[in-house]
Amino acid sequence: MKETLLLTKHMRENPEDSHLIDIYEKNNGYNAARKVLKENNPGEVIEEIKDSNIRGRGGAGFPTGVKWGFLAEDQERYLVINGDESEPGTFKDRILLERDPHQLIEGIIVTSFASNISKAFIYIRGEYAKPARRVQDAIEQAYEKGYLGKNIFDSGKNLDVVVHLGAGAYICGEETALLNSLEGRRGEPRLKPPYFPAVKGLYNKPTLVNNVETISSVPWIINNSGKDYAKLGVEGSTGTRIFSLSGHVNNPGNFEIEMGSSFGEFIDTFGKGIKENKSVKAYIPGGASAPWFKGSQLDIKMTIDDVADAKSMLGSGAVVVMDQDTNLVLAAKSIVSFFAHESCGQCTPCREGTTWLEMILDRIASGRGRTSDIDLLLDVCDNISPGLSWPPKMTTICPLGPSAVSPITSLMGSFRDEVESLLPKKVLINNE
Amino acid sequence: MTWDTKLIEKANEIIELYPQKRSALGPLLYLAQEKEGYIDDDSVVEISKLIGITEVQVRSVASFYTMYKQEPTGQYLLSVCKSISCEINNSRELINNIKEFTGLANNETDEDKTFTFEEVECIGACGGAPAVQVNYETVEGVTPTKALELCKYLKEEVPKVIVADELQEKFGGVKSFDWGIEDNSGTSSTAPGFQIIGTAEEK
Repeated sequence: MKETLLLTKHMRENPEDSHLIDIYEKNNGYNAARKVLKENNPGEVIEEIKDSNIRGRGGAGFPTGVKWGFLAEDQERYLVINGDESEPGTFKDRILLERDPHQLIEGIIVTSFASNISKAFIYIRGEYAKPARRVQDAIEQAYEKGYLGKNIFDSGKNLDVVVHLGAGAYICGEETALLNSLEGRRGEPRLKPPYFPAVKGLYNKPTLVNNVETISSVPWIINNSGKDYAKLGVEGSTGTRIFSLSGHVNNPGNFEIEMGSSFGEFIDTFGKGIKENKSVKAYIPGGASAPWFKGSQLDIKMTIDDVADAKSMLGSGAVVVMDQDTNLVLAAKSIVSFFAHESCGQCTPCREGTTWLEMILDRIASGRGRTSDIDLLLDVCDNISPGLSWPPKMTTICPLGPSAVSPITSLMGSFRDEVESLLPKKVLINNE
Repeated sequence: MTWDTKLIEKANEIIELYPQKRSALGPLLYLAQEKEGYIDDDSVVEISKLIGITEVQVRSVASFYTMYKQEPTGQYLLSVCKSISCEINNSRELINNIKEFTGLANNETDEDKTFTFEEVECIGACGGAPAVQVNYETVEGVTPTKALELCKYLKEEVPKVIVADELQEKFGGVKSFDWGIEDNSGTSSTAPGFQIIGTAEEK
């Protein structure tokens, strides 16, 4: 098993100066944008993206070409790049922003042309100050060359790009919350319908919201072809994907691979095994929102559909490995605390439920649990996401609340003994 | 602090970037934080005038986001991650060490305004767990011992500009990925260092 480098090739080959426009151009940079603006019409570009079968890399996995095709007609349309990467375990957009900003900008140019857009925003989480500085530098270089601004590449088209810094709110990764935030409002998700971004997005205008990794893939697809891209990976999960590997592995990092191999192989090959030669107790296949798999489930294939069939999700591509000695109650509490902190507060089941889950887990972890706590946890979960099914049913505007349920159902489904061992034993009357 | 002409000029430049004035609210709040170390009442008034919304609307947004501070911060904002990858890689011991050194509990600032300490949720440095940010510059693979050395260094050397590369070399360990490009830019306030807001600084 080895990496297939499309998105991370340029940065690997030019580790010290991949962020400079001259180096990027020496390596075929901006030729996709130049070609498209000279030779193609927007429809052809959208067809190319549809041919690639690329699915969004933010977490939901929606087909990108189809999304572009949905964008409503209007004089004023916007492109918003979602760089609010905050799903615990995920750090793959960070490397793309920090080390290959021009690839993203070129993707933005092509995408804007395909969708007749002249204003794009890159929303980057506030904690990514350094990546944001790199992207801003790169934008300024691109303006100087005439690749951004008025009459780009002498095509008669205009395109302005603005980097907008977030301010520490996970919920702004949800696309409608991101748009509220970009409008200078609280990052609260909007109701869909009517607020589908493709129809009523930024300033109520049709807006394309795409993830950093998705748009960074566009130049490669144009330079080669949609069909070439579709040959990589497996059906339903074409192309490459950057997985962020962290937790108890010897060699954490970002690894770009074709989807389709097993998690076990991935963890062994790139993670170089588990620290201190321990075994895997559990792992998270796609960020903190995803239900966990057991150490005995390492043969599951890393594709969107295989992971979904096994009742979890590939999500943001963040694999977090927990070894045999991990205190899973504390691990679950960490994830639930995250969601409790990040709940925007609009919907009662999420705002109240996540906080209750956190408190109950806290008392179990610290040895003050009650025998009734397992039922209570599951009851609170059921109020947030009725039936505790996968994919989760929702009582809330966005999926944040149901995401907080994932670690609890994982814990109770596969590791109930571990929780029970922390609870007081039931007192048996007439003990016999 | 009321805003001087220079600051208002900068604010208007930022407002120009957006099709609607209100979009500039976020960056303008950072402008206030850079000057004062938090979102002070005078800045709320200035911002509300500049973009034409009420003071309550400004405060409502400012209080929603973790990175806008509602209370004065120290010179160095220490943000220690406690989310899943850091949690299982011993961030709790690191947090305890910093608490002990600074004498601060979560979200507290010391009397001489040197440190503000906070436990934060995922900062996207999971491959370099446990990770710390100083004024929003990331340092990865920080051991509990190195965390103490970092605090001591900040207290004694009092660096003006916080540069991630420099702190990483002195106090960091395993990284999320090879950082590759050499960098000497950072920030000298508790607002993240970024050109558009005017908070990015070269060392």
